[in-house]
Amino acid sequence: MAAEGSDIDPMHQFLVQPMFGQKLVLHGYDVSFTNSALFMFITAGLLWLFMLGGMQRKLVPGRWQAAVEGMTGFVMDMMQTNIGPKGKPFVPYIFTLFMFLLFANLIGLFPLGIVPGWHPFTVTSHISLTALMAFFSFGIVLAVGFWKHGLHFFSLFVPSGTPWYILIIVTPIEFVSFFVRPFSLGLRLFVAMTAGHILLDVFASFVVQGINSHTPLGAVVSALSMLMIVGVSALELLVAAIQAYVFALLTSLYLNDAINLH
Amino acid sequence: MDVTSAKMIGAGLAAIGVGMAALGVGNVFGSFLEGALRNPGAADGQQGRLFIGFAAAELLGLIAFVVAILILFVVK
Repeated sequence: MAAEGSDIDPMHQFLVQPMFGQKLVLHGYDVSFTNSALFMFITAGLLWLFMLGGMQRKLVPGRWQAAVEGMTGFVMDMMQTNIGPKGKPFVPYIFTLFMFLLFANLIGLFPLGIVPGWHPFTVTSHISLTALMAFFSFGIVLAVGFWKHGLHFFSLFVPSGTPWYILIIVTPIEFVSFFVRPFSLGLRLFVAMTAGHILLDVFASFVVQGINSHTPLGAVVSALSMLMIVGVSALELLVAAIQAYVFALLTSLYLNDAINLH
Repeated sequence: MDVTSAKMIGAGLAAIGVGMAALGVGNVFGSFLEGALRNPGAADGQQGRLFIGFAAAELLGLIAFVVAILILFVVK
């Protein structure tokens, strides 16, 4: 991947750079306004606009309101299926999580790159963001579990009805698999986004190199790679939506473990 | 064998693991479709579990990809 020998670097798209060329350092900490921060603001702003359009409160909803109601209904339905009525207080958090990740993933695929220098930045392609959201979810799960059940929460690792000689082996395994959850949650989204964008960039580099070779074979390679980019972009749109949904779904399942204790 | 060559070979071998995850994910969706064609009424109710299964299978493939990236970019 790094042995191109030319200016094409698939990993350059993930570089976090200060915007407007201004680095801002405070007490030795770099707090400059980066492209990552810009796109997080854009995500939050678009999400806020989307929700604003849905709050018209007409009795017979128009298209925008119907879209917003469709999303909220989808998330509430998912939580009702996975947690039950006790999951109602967590709907705002799961909805925010789902919508933010969905918008962040989709904005990363937006074809703004036609304007030179304006290519969008996928904020979820950094483990710093996805791990933070995963640990936040996991922290909520732990807090809810210990608040509701106290030390009885540890009965989660001891499946009922197992004989004691199996329990000695199963309990550490259950314990470890519980604490791996935030890592797996964050890693899944991060790698899916990063791998998808690297794939797109590699095919794009084939297009550029095919054209630069000034041969007929290069033209054919460029055309075929362009078709692959179209196909992979469609797949990436699907993966963006699925990964956001899977993050929210798994968070609600972990919440179910904490609230209902099996 | 110098480190760079070993890194390339190691990354290539780790990519085989990603291919095996493709088998796993295909298995999950294939079983779901097979069951859904036998009993279409019950299919919509199980969609949640379909995506949970997909996430679990995909995660292990992504871990193999992370191993390849670690070998290529993190090992000195």
